[in-house]
Order: sequence, then C-alpha cells, then structure tokens
Amino acid sequence: MGYHWNWSILFQPEPGGTGTYLHFLLGGLVWTLATALSAWVIALAVGSVVGTLRTTANPWVVRAGNFYVEIFRNIPLIVQMFLWFFVFPELLPVKWGDAIKQITPPWGSYYTAVLCLGVFTSVRVAEQVRAGIQSLPRGQRMAATAMGLTQAQAYRFVILPQAFRIILPPLTSEFMNIIKNSSVAYTIGLAELTGRSRAMQEFSFQPFEAFAAATTLYLITNVVVVLGMRWLERRVRVPGLIAVEAGGH
Amino acid sequence: MGGFDWEVIQRSLPYLFKTGMTFTVELTLIAMVGGIFFGTLLAMMRLSSHKYLSIPAGAYVNLMRSIPLVLVIFWFFFLVPYIGGWVTRSSSPIQVGAFASAVITFTMFEATYYCEIMRAGIQSVARGQVWSGYALGLNYWQTMGHIVLPQAFRNMVPVLLTQTIILFQDTSLVYVISATDFMGAASKIANRDYRLVEMYSFVAVVYFAISFSLSYFVKRLQVKIAVIR
Repeated sequence: MGYHWNWSILFQPEPGGTGTYLHFLLGGLVWTLATALSAWVIALAVGSVVGTLRTTANPWVVRAGNFYVEIFRNIPLIVQMFLWFFVFPELLPVKWGDAIKQITPPWGSYYTAVLCLGVFTSVRVAEQVRAGIQSLPRGQRMAATAMGLTQAQAYRFVILPQAFRIILPPLTSEFMNIIKNSSVAYTIGLAELTGRSRAMQEFSFQPFEAFAAATTLYLITNVVVVLGMRWLERRVRVPGLIAVEAGGH
Repeated sequence: MGGFDWEVIQRSLPYLFKTGMTFTVELTLIAMVGGIFFGTLLAMMRLSSHKYLSIPAGAYVNLMRSIPLVLVIFWFFFLVPYIGGWVTRSSSPIQVGAFASAVITFTMFEATYYCEIMRAGIQSVARGQVWSGYALGLNYWQTMGHIVLPQAFRNMVPVLLTQTIILFQDTSLVYVISATDFMGAASKIANRDYRLVEMYSFVAVVYFAISFSLSYFVKRLQVKIAVIR
C-alpha cells in the first residue's frame, strides 16, 4: 500500500483552463481574504454598536442586544449560511427574492457569505466589546460624567478608546476565526481556498498535495495576520496606560 | 414559491431524530470524552520541561488551530483510510465509514481546543500543590492524577462545557462529507422533497433550542461554582 506522491501536480494546468493548480488555489485564497475582510467590516461595525449598547443603562436596549447575540450564537454557522442562502430570499417579497436569486453566480454566494459571516462574527465582537468596556474601572465613567461629558462623549473619548485597546488580542483571534470560518461558504458555492482544494482533489486525485497546499496558504495567512496585529498593538499603545503583555494568549 | 408545507417536518421526524440527531449526539459525546482525554495529555506535554514532548505538542496544537475545521475534516476523511491500511498492513487503503471518520476528526481537532483549556486549568492550580505532592513522595503521575488534574478539571468545568456546546454546533459541518447527522438528514429531506425553507428553519430552531438551554445550564453552573469558591 502506498500513496503516489506527485508534487508537480501543483504546476500542471487545472481543467478550468485558468492556469496551474497553484494559480487556482491562490485565486481561492483571494476569495477567502476578500470574503473575510468584507465580513470583518460588518462584524466590527455591528459588533461595536451592539456591544456598546449592551453596556448602557437602558434595560430594553440591553435586552434587545442580548436577544441578537443569543440568536446568532446558538445556531451553527453552516445552518446560518443555509438560512441566508436558501430561506431568506423566500421570506422576502417575491420580486426581491427573485432579484436576489438572479445575481450572477459567484456574487450571489459571495454577498450571502459576507452577510452571514459578518453577522455571525458581530455577536462575538459584541461580546468582546462588552467585556472590554466592563473590564474598565467604574471610576473612568464617573470621572467622565463629573467632567460634564454626555454619555455619548464619555463613550467616544474615554471608554471606547481604552476598551478597544484592551480587546485587541481577542479581536485578533476573532479575525483569524473569520478567515477560517469563510471556508464554510464553500457549501453555498463560493470557490474559496478550502473549496478549491477539494475541487483540486476531485480533478487530480491527489488529495494530500491539494490539502497540504491549502494548509500552507492558511498558515502563511495566519503568520501575516499575527505580525500585522502585533504591529498595530504596538502602534496604538498608550505608554504607561495599559501594559500589553508579552506573549501569552 | 407559494405555500409552505410544514407537514414535511412531522413526516420526517423519526428520520431526523432517530438517524440524524443520534449521530450528532453520539459524535458530540464521543469527541468530547476523547477530546478531553487527548487534550489533557497534550496539555501535560505542552507544559512538560522535555522539549521532545512540548515542541511537537505545541506544533500540533497550533497547526490544528490555524486551519479551518472543514479542511481538517477533508484531511482526515482521506488520511484515515491510509493510516488504517498502514496499521493493519493491508495492501490498499481500508474502508472507513463517515461516522468513524468524523469521530476521529473531531476527537483529534477538539483535543487541541480542550488542550488549551486544560493548560490554563493546570496552570490555575497553585505551584505549592505540586511541591507538596512531591514532598509526600508521590511521583509525577500520582501528583497529576490525585492532586493537580482534579482541581484543574473542577476549575475548568464551565469552560469545558462551553467548548462542548461549540463542538455540538461544529458537528453540523460533517455535512461536507455527506454524513447523515441532524443537519445532513434534514438536508437530504430538504433536497428530496424540495422543502428547503421548512427543513432549514426547523434545523435552526432545534439547534438554537438545544444550544441555548445548554448554555443557560452552564451559566447557572458557573454561578453555583463561583459561590462555593
């Protein structure tokens, strides 16, 4: 019993005619990154708002925020993906639903994946933002109020700038999660990296080369993200305010 | 698409739960037990002062945690038959069913997440506990087994359970190897009867109900434990 290794497969043309298998996988990585980055914009924006609202004094706003978080945290990602892709267009007025279904192929999956991943990750970001705000000493908010800042100003100038610095490391792991989670979009037809490595396995019958190449690309991406976020952490650090721990996790 | 046919859910309940949910729950429980077992071993290796133990364990954990679960599922789906063939010295890759493949995948994958939890758990036990164990003449395994690990487990129970809820949700990804878990069963019915809206809505409701109740239970447990300490 033996597996016939053939690493040169990566430099052979793929059947779609777009170039070599390596090009094919790199194209997948571009889709992965495009999906993850666009979804990250939604996740960060919605997550920050929801997370901040959950720390306000209004119980109804807090309840609405909790409701949003519980809904999207307790349904598996692939089920959410299918809900957005198959169920959501059917629940809209017929005209809108048909318009959505007629979007040209890769873009329909892409928009759905971005929306789904954005919302899915926003509840995780919201949790981090809330935890970051609540980890600040209460005196910060009191001092801001005492200085005559309104609630909005207190959040804008005192609370959020500190909270975001504190939660930068967990946000880094959320960002890496969104890159990894974008692989689930392959189930709704997005030709991202994991989906393309699976396709390459089906075309070439060389599963391990295909998966090893995809794994390597994910690892490189991770290293780049970690280095980038480390740079950002150093960049935004306020000397003497919050000690950024070296290493750890 | 005009009318919805919600009866399809009622008609397929036995299949969805007897076949699908049983698969999901069994997979979750076996992967939880196996994952915590191997995860604890990995954590002990990572914390070991022997480089031959800590470096490979660290590399394995970091590798698994940096690639998507879907890709890991593919890896093991193709790798396990070869490893099986190698172990049994057969001339060709052996046949491995979707369930066995999923069990191995999720055990090996979740072990890395349980490992990080157990590592934090072991480190949360005061150093003096270990020293007193050695002072009493216990060896490494006795100290770990009787003193450190029981406390580490107790400290980490809520986190381990939260990870298990994530594992329960993650098992739905076995859809990609066409396994018939709860999600897979629902998708088979959905495509056969063309009832995607009904089936996927139902799947979402069921997953939500189970995960929400479990996390509520974990939250209450956490409060209880916190009061005792």
